[in-house]
Amino acid sequence: MKLNWFSKKEKPVLPSYYLEYEASILQNKELPIKETRFIVFDTETTGFSRRDDRVLSIGAISLIDNAINVNDVFEVYVLQKVFTAETVPIHGILKEGRIEKITELTALKLFLNYIQDAVLVGHHVGFDIDMMNEILKRNNLPKLQNKTLDTGTLYKKSKHTVYQEKDKHYSLDNLCDELNISKSDRHTASGDAYITAIAFLKILSRLNKNDDLKLKDLLLD
Amino acid sequence: MKNSIAERVSDFLKNYPPFNLLTNKKILEISTEVKVIYLEKGKVLFNQNDKIHKYFYIVRNGGISLSKKSENDKTLIDICDGGDIFGLRPLISKENYLLDATANEESIVFGIPIEVFEAVSEKNLKINKYLITSFASKSFDPYTNEQSSNVFTDYIEKNNLVDSNLNSVKYTKKPLSCTVKWTVKEAAIKMSNRKIGCIIVVNDACYPIGIITNSDLKNKIATGLFSIDTSVQEIMSTPVITQSKNLTILDAQLQMIKHKVGHLCITTDGTSNSKLIGILTNHDVLASLGNNPTVILKEIKRAKKTKEIRKIRNKANLLLKSYLEQNIPLSHISKIISEINDSVTIRIIELSLKKMDSPPPVKFSWLAIGSQGRKEQLLYTDQDNALIFEDTDAADYLKTKKYFLKLASHITKSLHKVGYEYCPAEMMASNPEWCMSLSEWKNKFNDWIINVDDKAILLSSIFFDYNTVYGEVNLAKELSKSIFETLNERTLIYTFLGKEAIASPSPLGFFKQFLVENNGDRKDSFNIKKRALMPLINAARLLILSKNVSEINNTSQRFEKLAELEPQNKELYQSCAYAFKALLKFKTKQGILNNDSGKIILLESLTKEEKLKLKRCFKPIREIQELLSNRFNLKNIR
Repeated sequence: MKLNWFSKKEKPVLPSYYLEYEASILQNKELPIKETRFIVFDTETTGFSRRDDRVLSIGAISLIDNAINVNDVFEVYVLQKVFTAETVPIHGILKEGRIEKITELTALKLFLNYIQDAVLVGHHVGFDIDMMNEILKRNNLPKLQNKTLDTGTLYKKSKHTVYQEKDKHYSLDNLCDELNISKSDRHTASGDAYITAIAFLKILSRLNKNDDLKLKDLLLD
Repeated sequence: MKNSIAERVSDFLKNYPPFNLLTNKKILEISTEVKVIYLEKGKVLFNQNDKIHKYFYIVRNGGISLSKKSENDKTLIDICDGGDIFGLRPLISKENYLLDATANEESIVFGIPIEVFEAVSEKNLKINKYLITSFASKSFDPYTNEQSSNVFTDYIEKNNLVDSNLNSVKYTKKPLSCTVKWTVKEAAIKMSNRKIGCIIVVNDACYPIGIITNSDLKNKIATGLFSIDTSVQEIMSTPVITQSKNLTILDAQLQMIKHKVGHLCITTDGTSNSKLIGILTNHDVLASLGNNPTVILKEIKRAKKTKEIRKIRNKANLLLKSYLEQNIPLSHISKIISEINDSVTIRIIELSLKKMDSPPPVKFSWLAIGSQGRKEQLLYTDQDNALIFEDTDAADYLKTKKYFLKLASHITKSLHKVGYEYCPAEMMASNPEWCMSLSEWKNKFNDWIINVDDKAILLSSIFFDYNTVYGEVNLAKELSKSIFETLNERTLIYTFLGKEAIASPSPLGFFKQFLVENNGDRKDSFNIKKRALMPLINAARLLILSKNVSEINNTSQRFEKLAELEPQNKELYQSCAYAFKALLKFKTKQGILNNDSGKIILLESLTKEEKLKLKRCFKPIREIQELLSNRFNLKNIR
């Protein structure tokens, strides 16, 4: 690879779908929690390696004012060359399954168009963001620029100081047990996104007891 | 794009009415547009007087309480749980909400967008009927808890019902009409002559343009607002709601509820721009629906033979069926059915007296005891009755007793022919032990109360619920007086009655599972009479006796009276009254469905929601048993 530290960095020409996405982020105004569009999302992948593994499906749900709109959900299955048989039992997506699959690039375009400037929420969201960023990178695009929230971290925050265990790792299953959420449909991207959304609503209401919560309170760690 | 969330929503919705009446494809169409709302305990979904939402709601998890605010009071109307729908007002009328909807516990609620729902369900009659009954029973009588008997809305599909509701209504042809030139006085004279409660104002082409009803005359004329010489135009209600003649009963009800009117004008093409050909009143709609109780009562009174009475009594069963299907409040139903039952007995006694060689030597009264005495008998049950006759000289006693025993055996035999089974324990007036003089009765009760034992309790618990059906009311009153005098001296009987009342533990078991009767062929069946109704009946009787209140025999009325007497326990007593009515209705429906008394319910025949709703009725049973246990010190006895 040729190193060109000194040459003027060429600005890559970004495709229109990314520019539209970026424009929405730039126009973003901070809204009260009640009006903020949150998108809870989850990816099913072939494994846990950012570099070698691939996204098989993306499930996402939008959330405004304590309500999920079922007509504003996102669910795609991605055609991938990489395939690991070991994870099939977990996510249930077959290589040649009957579900209609689309290319990674199409999935990306649809996803960016869907999320716009929403606040992205996920359980251990870092991994899902990383996986999405890898897709962006493979297509020579900058990273996601949305604000993000992690339900694992928020859940810890919602517990009384006395019971907070800084280092404890809460799996989505733990969260379901503690927040009394039915675990049916775990391990599909949409199912996990739905469960995470319910968990997020419950956590949010716990944190917002005084009805004066601001987005920046959530973003601060 | 695939939408797994919508599929999940539809998997839920398809189990519940009215959605279960739609095809899966249509349910999915609705599900795609659903809004999932999370509510913490105490959070409000809508307030009374709020503008109506674009959604109506179904509870996914948790419970939503509906309540009505008045100046300084808040009355709980209903608690909706899993699968219950609420917030139907926007579907029916465009007014603001009349109730508060608040999360009673942490809840998830699905908002069903009305526009989508209406488009998908089109004009499905069954759905409309379900929604109307749910709506009407929740909001039209907000001042009582009567709507609670709506707990068991008839979502069970019944073809005959649908048929009858699809029949065209019988409207009144040749309605009374007048033109705008008439004065109110002229119109009123015509109404009065024809003994009709309304007159239609028509134009020259005979198109209906307005209506004057009795209430217009009351509100606008009798109050002095308008003089009787005013033109009818001044006071008529306008415009009128018009319909075409092949209107179904269901549509007629729908129109009346929607427009809040009691009269529909029938015109040749159904619009107000065509000739008036008839009028349909609220009364016509009711009359079109099944039988009419007034007619049945008249027929019973005129019957000359037991056989005739049997036929008429069977009509009452049809009436009962249609009442249950229409979701008419249970207390109204039981009043009417009790009235019919009583008049059957009265007519039979009259006919039996004719069979005797001579009139009764002394005054007597015929008592209904047990469920008929409590006016809770809806289906045919066993006969439980007794006879009191006036005290006589010792010399005449035997002869007198013989006379009444003979009379009683005529009566019980006839009742049996009509369809009331003989009481297996022979608690009938034809049994010498249940056919006695007033003093004998007094002694018997005193004996039960003073030398109380389990057998005495069983017997007295039936007899405490007596009600005079025929004959001399004062005999029964005197007996009651004597009973209460003895009761006040002896309180041990309360302990025994209390023991009886808590003997069957509340069916709401520790694991919230149903306690089922687990012996033999009763396996997996639930005895709703023994487990749910009797504990409430026993509790009400004991409490009302301990308050020295006589003459209220009906269990739900007893609880309502208790709520009045003990404001601190008002809520519990009211919920007992409500649970009792709901359970009795449930038992009656089961009985009609299986053609038996309905007291044994097969658990597998219940849907999940029915189980849920039954469980809700069990809560007050547990609470009332706790109250009895504390109040009458029963802890050590159990």
